[in-house]
Amino acid sequence: MSDLIRLAILTSRIRVEEKLLIEALRRRTITFDIIDDGELLLDLSRPDERWRAYDAVLCRSISQSRGLAVLHVLESCGVQVYNTAAVTAMCNDKLLTTLALLRAGIPTPRTLLAFDPQVTIQGIEMLGYPVVLKPLAGSWGRLLARINDRDAAEAVLEHQETLGSYQHHVHYVQEHIAKPQRDIRAFVVGDRTICAIYRTSEHWVTNTARGAIATHCPITPELDDLCIRAAQAVGGGILAIDVLEDPQRGFLVNEINATMEFRNSIAPTGVNIPDEMLDYILAGVREEAVR
Amino acid sequence: MTHCPECEAEITVRDLMVGEVIFCPDCSAELEVLRLEPPTLALAPEIEEDWGE
Repeated sequence: MSDLIRLAILTSRIRVEEKLLIEALRRRTITFDIIDDGELLLDLSRPDERWRAYDAVLCRSISQSRGLAVLHVLESCGVQVYNTAAVTAMCNDKLLTTLALLRAGIPTPRTLLAFDPQVTIQGIEMLGYPVVLKPLAGSWGRLLARINDRDAAEAVLEHQETLGSYQHHVHYVQEHIAKPQRDIRAFVVGDRTICAIYRTSEHWVTNTARGAIATHCPITPELDDLCIRAAQAVGGGILAIDVLEDPQRGFLVNEINATMEFRNSIAPTGVNIPDEMLDYILAGVREEAVR
Repeated sequence: MTHCPECEAEITVRDLMVGEVIFCPDCSAELEVLRLEPPTLALAPEIEEDWGE
């Protein structure tokens, strides 16, 4: 059936991940197109017929705002997309992710939201130093700040208020977790946790984009259950779940990524992540075809 | 063969795709492949605030 399926991959630039997905598609002789989000002109009332030629579109845009906008448009004209716009919107926004996790009863670091800098400082001191200030949208550990004392809190908040756009005037304050120089990234595809890595760094920010080292993390039943429930809490799909290990409380789900990078996770886990992604998408296409 | 738009070093565009980012071997500028025929490179855009996973 593979020769009957036609996919599109939406990209902003071709990273290692996109090349691995392209290789996997070629190995399976699946027809596909690469679509550069920068070249799109979307007529909302007259959707381009070319989208109907695709059985599914996989969003791999590096720009979260572009990717989400295209997902909304494609879904509204009936194109099957991965991940859905609702899931992507939730994962792109730390506030929405946290609320979804809390609704589902999934352990996550305690988080406060405030708008006024003085009120924010009151919240920070209620949690106790250190805390972590994060932008609601953002990735790769950018603009995270560990706040160790009141001087730092005042300085960072003044910078956010003065230099940041209005989005930075919404202050998302998270308790600092004394994690063991690492966190866990688990990959959930559909209803399975396919693999996980430890991301180890001497820096408190443990993103591999910031130089953390990836090693294999065994998927215990507890981790598996937590990650699957976390994925379901945001709507499910192809997701990367970031998990912190709290010395007292155990696993806490920190963030969920809807357009995950995985280049550093294939070798340590031995799991062919792009193949797993394609298996899931093709199963979804086939399921839709028999409806 | 094409040239780095920053330092004009000669760069061979081989086994690349449109949209890929490479580094100039001479000046280390981050370059985006715009076209393969003829090979065309441009300075890659700066990371935007909404870029990520």
